[in-house]
Amino acid sequence: MAPQSWYLIVSALLFGLGIVGFVTRRNSLVMFMSVELMLNAANLVFVAAARDHVPARGSACALFVIAVAASEVAVGLALVLALFRLKKSVDSDAVRELRA
Amino acid sequence: MLSERTAFLIFSVIALIGAVNVITRRHPVHAALWLVGTFLGVAGLFLTLGAGLLGAIQVMVYAGAIMVLFLFVILLLNLDAPPDEGLSFARGASLLAAVATLALIALPLARAPELRAAATPESPVADASAGQVANVLFTRYALPFEVVSLLLLIAMVGAIHLARRPRRDETV
Repeated sequence: MAPQSWYLIVSALLFGLGIVGFVTRRNSLVMFMSVELMLNAANLVFVAAARDHVPARGSACALFVIAVAASEVAVGLALVLALFRLKKSVDSDAVRELRA
Repeated sequence: MLSERTAFLIFSVIALIGAVNVITRRHPVHAALWLVGTFLGVAGLFLTLGAGLLGAIQVMVYAGAIMVLFLFVILLLNLDAPPDEGLSFARGASLLAAVATLALIALPLARAPELRAAATPESPVADASAGQVANVLFTRYALPFEVVSLLLLIAMVGAIHLARRPRRDETV
């Protein structure tokens, strides 16, 4: 069996790549994809940590995360659509109405 | 027969290569397709962890439903060729944040003997089969389960409201 720490390291790398993508990219679609990367990393930790205890509970928690991710994507993409209608752009820097 | 360690290495390399390409490809369609690779890699990791149900759900919900949603929106927007994104300060800051996250996770791992001991259990542990997950989901986690169903309903209503084209006689 692969040690649990290996899974945690892969998960940390995935999460770090998600952070890098979320902060560096200005395309809001790619920013959402980076959030999905981070949520996947969290799921991996749930399942890996539960393997040596009660595996079914880890899977159940990961299922909840998947459901939250699905609703987040649905609302987020609707927001992107509304933004595109307003600005003709999905660049997150295009929205500066609240900037003083 | 593929050993679990070999499978782990293959799937994690797939997931990480996919993730690197998601954040480096300039065109959103390419990023979305690489994201499918990452999702499949993570699904494989779930399988090596003995969570077969979650692997199947990952493929169906993430690689199926969520990616189709992404691609639909990208097609709907019909974006031009993306401009070059030069943003050096944010890049530096994000690299710092990523390294800090890695350090936060790696440092406790390096100095936790009990975690390393727990990493190699003597007895084979139970797997997270569909029956066991359902047992937990509908007894211990029954309330969160209902809350999640409500959340999905709210998200659906919200998404429809946000994406709807406003009528002429009403303001957004």
